[in-house]
Amino acid sequence: MGRFVIRRLLQMIPVFLGTTFLIFFMVHMLPGDPVRAMWGDKAVDPAQLASIRHNLGLDKPWYEQYLTYMGHLFQGDFGTTMGNRKVLDVITEALPVTVRLALLAFVFEIVLGVTIGLFAGLRRGKSFDKGTLILTLLLISIPVPVLGFIFQTVFATQLRWVTPTVQDSMNIGQLVLPALVLGSLSLAYVARLTRTSIVENIRADYIRTAVAKGLPRRKVIGTHLLRNSMIPVVTFLGTDLGALMGGAIVTEGIFNVKGVGNALYHAINLNEGATISGFVVVLVLVYLAASLIVDLLYAVLDPRIRYA
Amino acid sequence: MRGASQAKWVVAAVAVALAATACSSGGSSGSSGSGAVNAQGVFSYQSAEPQNPLQPANAMENQGGRITMQLFKGLVDFDPTGKPRNQVADKIETTDAQHYTVTLKSGWTFHDGTPVTAQSFVDSWNWSANVKNNQINSDWFKDIAGYTDVHPEKGDPTTDKMSGLKVVDDTHFTIELTGPVSYFQYKLGYVAFAPLPKVFFTDPAKYGQNPIGDGPYKFVSWEHNKAITLASYDKYAGVDKPKNGGIVFRNYTQADAAYKDLVSDSLDVLDQVDPTDLASYKNDLGDRAVDQVQGAIQNISFAMYQPEWQGVDKAKVRQGLSMAIDRDTITKTVLHGSRQPADSWVAPGALGYKAGTCGDFCKFDPAKAKELIQAGGGVPNNKITIVYNADGGHKEWVDAVCNSIRQSTGVDCLGDPKPDFKTARDIITKKQVTSMMRTGWVQDYSVNANYLRDVYGTGASANDAGYSSADFDKLAAQADKATTVDKTADLYQQAETQLAKDMPAIPLWYYKTNSGYSNNVQNVKFDNVGNPVYTDVEVKQK
Amino acid sequence: MPDLIEKTADVPAQGATEPKPEKPRSLGSDAWHDLRRRPIFVISALLILLLIVIAVAPSLFTSVDPRAGDLRNHFLTKPNYGHFFQPDWFGYDGQGRSIYARVLYGARASVVVGICVTLGTTILGGIIGMFAGYFGGWADAVLSRITDVFFGIPLLLGALVILNAFSTRTVWSVVFAMTALGWTQMARVMRGAVITVKQQDYVTAAKALGAGTGRIMLKHILPNALAPVIVVATIALGGYIALEATLSFLGIGLQDPTISWGIDINSAQKVIREAPFALFFPAGMLSITVLAFIMLGDAVRDALDPKLR
Repeated sequence: MGRFVIRRLLQMIPVFLGTTFLIFFMVHMLPGDPVRAMWGDKAVDPAQLASIRHNLGLDKPWYEQYLTYMGHLFQGDFGTTMGNRKVLDVITEALPVTVRLALLAFVFEIVLGVTIGLFAGLRRGKSFDKGTLILTLLLISIPVPVLGFIFQTVFATQLRWVTPTVQDSMNIGQLVLPALVLGSLSLAYVARLTRTSIVENIRADYIRTAVAKGLPRRKVIGTHLLRNSMIPVVTFLGTDLGALMGGAIVTEGIFNVKGVGNALYHAINLNEGATISGFVVVLVLVYLAASLIVDLLYAVLDPRIRYA
Repeated sequence: MRGASQAKWVVAAVAVALAATACSSGGSSGSSGSGAVNAQGVFSYQSAEPQNPLQPANAMENQGGRITMQLFKGLVDFDPTGKPRNQVADKIETTDAQHYTVTLKSGWTFHDGTPVTAQSFVDSWNWSANVKNNQINSDWFKDIAGYTDVHPEKGDPTTDKMSGLKVVDDTHFTIELTGPVSYFQYKLGYVAFAPLPKVFFTDPAKYGQNPIGDGPYKFVSWEHNKAITLASYDKYAGVDKPKNGGIVFRNYTQADAAYKDLVSDSLDVLDQVDPTDLASYKNDLGDRAVDQVQGAIQNISFAMYQPEWQGVDKAKVRQGLSMAIDRDTITKTVLHGSRQPADSWVAPGALGYKAGTCGDFCKFDPAKAKELIQAGGGVPNNKITIVYNADGGHKEWVDAVCNSIRQSTGVDCLGDPKPDFKTARDIITKKQVTSMMRTGWVQDYSVNANYLRDVYGTGASANDAGYSSADFDKLAAQADKATTVDKTADLYQQAETQLAKDMPAIPLWYYKTNSGYSNNVQNVKFDNVGNPVYTDVEVKQK
Repeated sequence: MPDLIEKTADVPAQGATEPKPEKPRSLGSDAWHDLRRRPIFVISALLILLLIVIAVAPSLFTSVDPRAGDLRNHFLTKPNYGHFFQPDWFGYDGQGRSIYARVLYGARASVVVGICVTLGTTILGGIIGMFAGYFGGWADAVLSRITDVFFGIPLLLGALVILNAFSTRTVWSVVFAMTALGWTQMARVMRGAVITVKQQDYVTAAKALGAGTGRIMLKHILPNALAPVIVVATIALGGYIALEATLSFLGIGLQDPTISWGIDINSAQKVIREAPFALFFPAGMLSITVLAFIMLGDAVRDALDPKLR
């Protein structure tokens, strides 16, 4: 197990190199000139344009920009944005916000999703199951901005429990509403995955055996049924945690949360290779950690799965 | 450390103000009758993160620009109607519109206490014009003699001083231009011409994060992506002394989020009402809603550089297309009254604006439109596409304009969205547009010359259409040589008639300021370019 | 809730009452035989058939041009619910166009994007996940890390780069871009399922009997690993239809004259305060489509599951 984990950690190196390289190449492929866009509709002075591009290092070919970036990175320098801010500052500002928001949404979809899915699976074909299907359909077909709009209208404008937008992005209490919106679509996935898995396993031999043995219901469901049904759910949750950490441009915009989604959006808009790479490097580390944890959980949930 | 403690103080004041509103707001909107005013009260304003450091000559985009304008004051500025008025300047004298003698008022100080002198202006302009200093607004100084020495088209500058600027003494300096510019005083109102204190030149990059100006407000703090806080400057010597204690420029990425905060009194002054709430904002806000015309125009321009648009008769086709657009209905429905139908190429309020220069060509008349298009030999391929940027909220009206054209003339018309502004701009500046493009113009100064010469003059760098008319250029050249600004405006008005004949761009509508303010503030007015008159805002006593 | 498990466990799957087939059938034909008798399958199949008919020939259901807008008379006109199959049945949108006509004409692009991207990501992600999960070791390391790299690319960046490379964007370029960026999740789900299934006794037994790798993968692992894949795919189908709208909104998706539910859902959001109905109908169609596929997925999954027999 220890070797497995170390091997996994070593794999991060090629992933890191591959990702940053790919990002720089893609940024190079982005259309438009962000320096030109600084002037808006107005006239541009070509000499000034050239001088600013040179100053930002944008007059060099993209692979040279990449090499410069990597060189600086090994000295702990993440580079600067077009507005002359340290990329590291931008990351350390946005990341804690997104971590909070993502974890809230994550807890919400696990607790609610697994519970709903479990009962829907146990009562397959009953009204609770059908209700779950309708809920799923609603969550899938209501666009996120509309869901946000409804939440804001109900909880902020009418009930006045909260302010319509998040006034302080670091305040967990204020992030609850955006987290509910953010986690809603994943909730649909988790609930349906759990339900299907339960329905499938409820007829498995070991459940029949456990029931025949006269084990208490609670124990059958808890230790046997739920545990064995969790593998697809855990897989999904592993990918979803990564997706949540990648930031949610739409949800963040609705609630004026200043997280990774917002920062990435601006960076992409300005073709800022260094900023995008900085974020993506951090995100890929999160994905790698998440998939490692998922793989370790497989072994916990199903003892037959072994890693050499 | 002084800045930091001030920041805390202001933040605390805002927190108290917010807490107080949260307790007192009984949900009654429209109760904006004048109450007791708290002269130290701070109000919040919807803003976004400035792209560049806060330096006068680097403030091109709106967000940084409006903050910089509160931190700095130049020789002149514009009153809320757009007329220039003297600020640091006592008088600006000229006889030939080419040589100017500037006399400064005494008593102006920077926020660090140092006096504003003639040298502060000359140093500032020389530094900002220098190509090496990478200021976006550097070419605003191009009228000044010696500009090409500090800002050559290629290579390094040969000197760091423009020969046209000479300091006489602390309160006097002279400006020599390369030729007469009758509206130079209007240009001087642009924030790029603000003075800079000595401390700036020691470390310009650091200064941009913590600027020291001479304006009505001084810098307190910049919390990136959250807010920029300014406090009123008690030694401000200008005519527009702040009636409040400061401004918090609160960062929003989406306008509808700001609107919801405004309605619940969590935000005090709005920039613009978002499209979703346009239909109902007057209802929501009552007499706290603002609706007035702005110095900006929306056009759709033709790719005049494409051979199929160059024939003499094609002007008729362009005029016909203009007549196929039902501006009244579109502004009333799709745009919810947030625009005013245009009948000229200059927005109202600008010096030299004349109503109706577009004449019948800007009136909706499907029958006449068809007739003109046929007379001009029809639209190439019987199809037009309109290039626009998808990130600017233009889709709805572009689709409506296209529908209108398609239904009244049978010419197929499609919107051609590009993902973002920079991408659309790239295609437009490289002259790769095949038929039409969205173009807009927000005035830099309130003279019709700004709408005309900079956009339709042959080779003008904002001439996206690639339009070239000998008659227009001749009148424009005469206008530029005029020695009084009224004469200039008059001659440009004549030049504008040429646009109606050639129709290189179809004027659609003028922008309006659709905004509003919370129950916490009063006396909120907006100027002619859509910014609130910050210094006049009064925060109500709690 | 007493003896819930016993109860549900004893409920025989609908239609699975056939006592003895005349001759032994393969899993596939067995499933098909089983499917035809499930009402849930029949309903969902009919729904999908109807959607396909609408997508292929929307003009059968309306004679109105979905692009013709009349702002003067029909700007956000409310629906007239009694006027079945008339242009004003569902009201008019923010450009004065018949929502009923647009919902019908929007089916083609939306259904094509939804189905094709779902198929594309499921096949591509499924194959990669299958190999990674089955072979493990180095194959897993390489495939999974490639998945991680792709997963790391921000969707907006990837979509901008890919879609901007097409000079004219069609439904197919959108399908291509969404598939290229969307397969990673499916790969992970498939890999997880395969890792579980390959430990099962019947796989070991098949291996011991000398079955080839391909045969084991196709006949033994795939059917048993399919359940989570189907669940994720059917929900993702709706997500893809909605994602197409986001791409259009960003100016890199489908564009005029193509009509899609996604585009209409997006533009309806701007007028939601005045005209919620403009959102309701395209969003409702999206729901019905997803419902049909979720039901179909459920039925197929049940039919393939030998334990339910």
